Formats: sequence, structure tokens, C-alpha cells
Amino acid sequence: MTTAVAEAQDAHDEHHGPEKGFRRWLFTTNHKDIGTLYLIFSLIMFFIGGTMALVIRSELMQPGLQFVHPEFFNSMTTMHALIMVFGAVMPAFVGLANWMIPMMIGAPDMALPRMNNWSFWILPVAFGILLSTLFMEGGAPAGGWTMYPPLILQTGDAFPFLIFSVHLMGISSIMGAINIIVTILNMRAPDMWLLKMPIFVWTWLITAYLLIAVMPVLAGAVTMLLTDQFFGTSFFLAAGGGDPVMFQHIFWFFGHPEVYIMILPAFGVVSEIIPTFSRKPLFGHDSMVYAASCIAFLSFIVWAHHMFTVGMPLSGQLFFMFATMLIAVPTGVKVFNWVATMWRGSMTFETPMLFALAFVFLFTIGGFSGLMLAIAPADIQYHDTYFVVAHFHYVLVPGSIFAIMAAAYYWLPKWTGHMYNESLGKLHFWLSTIFVNVTFFPMHFLGLAGMPRRIPDYSTQFADFNLIASIGALGFGISQLVFVYVLLTAKKGATATDRVWEAPKGLEWTVPSPAPYHTFDTPPKARIAEEAFE
Amino acid sequence: MNDSTEKKPGNDSRSLTGKLLLLAAAMFGFGYLLVPLYDVFCEITGFGGRTNTVAESSQENPDFSRSIRVEFVTTVNEYAPWEFSADRDSMEVTPGKMYYATFTARNLTDDKKVAQAVPSVAPVSASGHFKKIECFCFTNQEFRANEERAMPLQFIVDPELPEFVDTITLQYTFYDTVRVSANDES
Repeated sequence: MTTAVAEAQDAHDEHHGPEKGFRRWLFTTNHKDIGTLYLIFSLIMFFIGGTMALVIRSELMQPGLQFVHPEFFNSMTTMHALIMVFGAVMPAFVGLANWMIPMMIGAPDMALPRMNNWSFWILPVAFGILLSTLFMEGGAPAGGWTMYPPLILQTGDAFPFLIFSVHLMGISSIMGAINIIVTILNMRAPDMWLLKMPIFVWTWLITAYLLIAVMPVLAGAVTMLLTDQFFGTSFFLAAGGGDPVMFQHIFWFFGHPEVYIMILPAFGVVSEIIPTFSRKPLFGHDSMVYAASCIAFLSFIVWAHHMFTVGMPLSGQLFFMFATMLIAVPTGVKVFNWVATMWRGSMTFETPMLFALAFVFLFTIGGFSGLMLAIAPADIQYHDTYFVVAHFHYVLVPGSIFAIMAAAYYWLPKWTGHMYNESLGKLHFWLSTIFVNVTFFPMHFLGLAGMPRRIPDYSTQFADFNLIASIGALGFGISQLVFVYVLLTAKKGATATDRVWEAPKGLEWTVPSPAPYHTFDTPPKARIAEEAFE
Repeated sequence: MNDSTEKKPGNDSRSLTGKLLLLAAAMFGFGYLLVPLYDVFCEITGFGGRTNTVAESSQENPDFSRSIRVEFVTTVNEYAPWEFSADRDSMEVTPGKMYYATFTARNLTDDKKVAQAVPSVAPVSASGHFKKIECFCFTNQEFRANEERAMPLQFIVDPELPEFVDTITLQYTFYDTVRVSANDES
């Protein structure tokens, strides 16, 4: 059956191959092409944002001002965050969704292919605008990625460009999210009912709803900033009757679901990989779905834990503190299920599995420091210190980014038709894991000792840990070049089989490697995937 | 559900896409709706140090069993060319009794200026109980070039003030309202 499908597709391929040259990429409506574009774009942004991080870490290597002006330093922290959040992590997951969701649910393509093309090509424009602000009068935005007024209103010429680039990123994400929901709800293989969907598809479905719910709120908040600055409104200007604290509420109403937008697809990826290399089905598939839905719901009612220090009534602090801690319950369910999946499994440790395991372990550390920050009275002390920096980098770097790396290694043979270089993959993993901890673990101590974030200079008692963190950051940055080398030589390895790994589950492993340009022109029976491997 | 997947995506996708777009538009509106909601929320809870900016009336009804310390804090908004201070840093008051305080501001420029003082009260649990009967913050204050002027405040601390509050801080930020008043004219 599998080969019959494959042959049919090969024959089909000859008639409708991709166009040649750059027109293929500019006008493509093929989900695999667009997925590739997203992934390459996010890799480029990852290196641009990473370079900015290295500027930050070089400046902080020693106390005193070494290399850059404080204003430029602040631009670097702001731009690093905007680029990593909106340019690296989110597009990488959208790229994975584009590549994998149609293949996982047995659909021929995304439901809205032309919109898909548009939602990608908006991104280079948005980030072109954002990066161009580096060369403007008054410098790039330096008020922090959270764009709090009144500080952000002091941005120079870059201000309207910042707002418009955020608008464009929002439009791109919303279109991508709509596309993903319509694809998942309308184009599944005939006998794949909702609770039979792979977890990666499930987590993306929930993420897409989160995106549609909160990206417009961010767009609204930055539009208010824009009208405050140029059109005489006073949403956030106290002199005109507004309140700057209200911006924080609106921003974090977006901002907290946003952090789950960046981690839920990572949960999905890890839930695909761990069963494959444990050679056991995922423990508690349905509870994973419910846990992810719970997390998504809770994300809407905890936003004020980002702003405990604004002066909230006691009842407000208690509510947000307990609601935040409640999130540990569904997250705990997930971690428990991953561990239970591995329990007595026959495990092997290929690169994707290594990244997935590091994800489980290191993300949990980030989760625990999150719990510490959730304690309202303690947060007053931790607020705006390096402890917060350590916390969110632990959930984002060995969290989201390790999951993206794991996904890339896991599906790379399916994309290219060749096995990547396993020893270099492992080298990449070990270097990344060691250096990520060298970079971010000392930041916990710095924060607890009282070092504030977003400063270019610090007291001398913080010097040692900062030096260690800077060395780690440099090492982490260089180790990512190994990943680039693995990607560049990805087609030099042995030919991959259709299944690639020993016993992966899912429809994507029933198509040939490399996946043909068009897959599932006729819907498959979802059962086939299971029959093929049992 | 099964039926819809048999078909090529057509009308089904279109209507779902439409609904999702509508949802996105509604959420954009919701962002703006948060503005009046936040106002109402602050009004009710006193969150954000919200305190009355129009005159309230209150009967004198002294409760001599308690004494509350009221502290005055004054701030001039960034780079605004003003001097602004309270004539006394703090005063001991009896709840339910009327008190007067004066604040002095001086325009440091050679031009006519309009200022607006924005009050806030801490702690939050006191903000509903600090009643300003008359306050210079109720209206814009016009100053001639280099004018210095004392401005009155008349207030009562409500005897219903929670037991655990023994200090109330009243804070004023003095804003230059060139921009805001320009908007009023347009």
C-alpha cells in the first residue's frame, strides 16, 4: 500500500514539479516549500539575535563600560528579545507546522495555500523594517521588548517603524494560525478523529487559537502607543487622564499566552520524539491534550504575575499567585507522562532523543524557577533581576529552542532523504547543553544576589558569575555553527529509509524520504500508519 | 466531521476562515475594551492609587479614638520646568474631621504655562477613604510667566478607614499640559 501511494505520487511529481529559481520560492504555495522558507528564515534570525546576545555578553564580561554605549546596549537587549521571540522561535514552529501538519494528518497541503505564502513573505519585510531601525536617528528601540510607556515613547525616529513591524508580525502570525486551524479541522484523513491526532498537531491547534486570541490584543496595545505619540490620545499618559500601568495589563494579557505559544508546540515535538526512541506509545495521549488545553486556559488569567510590583491589592496578588501556581499541575502531568513513556522502554539516544531529554530536564528547572517567581512576596525581591533572565532563558533556550533542534534532527532525514551526520549531531548536542547551562545557571545566583537586568554595567561583586556566563554564551554561539555545518552537509549522508527510525508512529513516515513535492493527493486511511508498523 | 474531510476544502474552509478572522477582529476590539474595563475596575477597587478627581461632599463626624498620619509627596514630571512642593511634609489627622493643606508651585519659564496635578493615594485600601473636598487637582492650573502660587487642598479621612491603616500617602505628579490642552482646542 505504501509503495503504491509513493509510486502514484512520483508519477504525479513529473507533471507538477516546482518552478525553478527564485520564482519557486517567491510564489510558492506548497506547504513544504513554505515550511522550508520559515525554517531558514528563523535560523537566520536566530543568528542575528544571537549576535546581539553576544554583544550583550561581551559588554557584561567585566564591570565597567567596555565596548558599547549604554543606549546601544539597551537597543541590543530590546532587539535581541524581539528578534528571538517573533523572528526565531515563532517562525520556526510555524515552519515545522507547515512541513509536518499536512503530512501528519494526511492532507495534500495547507487549507489556504495562497494566504500561507503571504503570511511567510510578510515576515522578511517586518524584520527588514525592525532591523533598519538600527541605523536610524536616535537608534533602535531601547525601551525593552515589553515596550512600556512612557519610556518607549522616548524612542527616536525608530518608534513608528517598531510599531509597524510589530503589526506586520502580528498579521503574519494570525494568518498562519487561521491556516493551521482550518487545515486541522477540515482536512484530516477520513478516519482520524480529533483525539486520534498526533500530539504535535494537537498542541499546534491549541497554540493557533491562542495566537488568534492574543496577537490582536498586542496589535491594539501598540496601536494605542502609536496614537498616544502622534494623534493626541492619552491611553497611557497620566497628564491626559490615562494610566501607564494599564499598558502593562494589556501587554501581559497578550504576553502571558505568548509564552505558551512558544512552548506548547515544543511540548508537541517532544511528545512525538520520546515515544519513538523509547519504542513505546506515548503514555496518556488524551491527558496530554487535556493538560495542554488547561495550560492554554490558565494562561489567560495569570498575566498580572509579571507586574506584582506595580502595587496591587492583596486579593489581586493572592489570586494571580495561586492561579499561576495552578499551572504547575497540568505541566506536571506532561512531565510525568514523558517520564512514564520512557519507563521500561527500550531507549536509544540518537540526537533528537538527546535534545528531547535535555528539554524535559532543563525545561523543568525553568518551571521551578517560575514557581519561585510566582510567589508574590518573594517576587518583589526577584522582579527585574537576573533571576528572571535565568528563568525565561531556561524555558526558552533549552526549552523551545532545544525542541526545535530536536524536531529538526528528527524530521531532517524525511525532508532531505539522507541521514545527517550523527556524531556531529551529538557533538552539537553536548556542546549546546554544556554551554547553555554555563551561560544561564550562574544568572540565578546573580539575580538572587540582586543584580538588575537590562544594565550595561554592574558592581564588582557580580564580576565572576558574569564572566562565566559570558564564556558560556560565546561557547553556545560557536556550537551552533556545528548545527549549520550539519545542515549544509545534510544531503551527504546515507540514504534514509521511508521510516527513518526504528519504530516511529504517524502518517509522515508512510511517505517516501525525501517527502515528494506533493503528498496525500488522495486521503490515506489513518489506520494505515499503525498497521504499517505493528 | 467525517463528511467534511471527504470534500475538497471549499465552502467549509471559507466559513471557518471567516469565523476565525472575525474572532481576530473581535479580539482587537477586546484590547480596546480593556481600557474602559480597567477604568471601572480601578474606580471600584482603588487600584493604581485611584482617588477622586472631582469634589466629593462629606459630613464631619470625628472619631477621636484614632490618629492617622497623612504624608504628602510631590513629583514633577520629567523635565517639566516647575518647582512644586507641599508646604508641610505630613500631618496628623483625626478621621472624620476636615483639614486644609497647601501646596506651592512655581513656573520656572518666561511663558504662560498650564499644569495638571494628578493625585494618587497609597495604600490601595485607603484610596476610597481619602476624600478630597476641594483640590487644585480638580482643574488645570494656569500660571503666568514665573508666577508662584499656593494651591489649596481640603480633605476628610473617612472614619470607615480600615483598622490596620495608620499612614496614608498622598502623592501628586505635576504635568505640563501643553500637549493635552492643545488637544482640547482641536
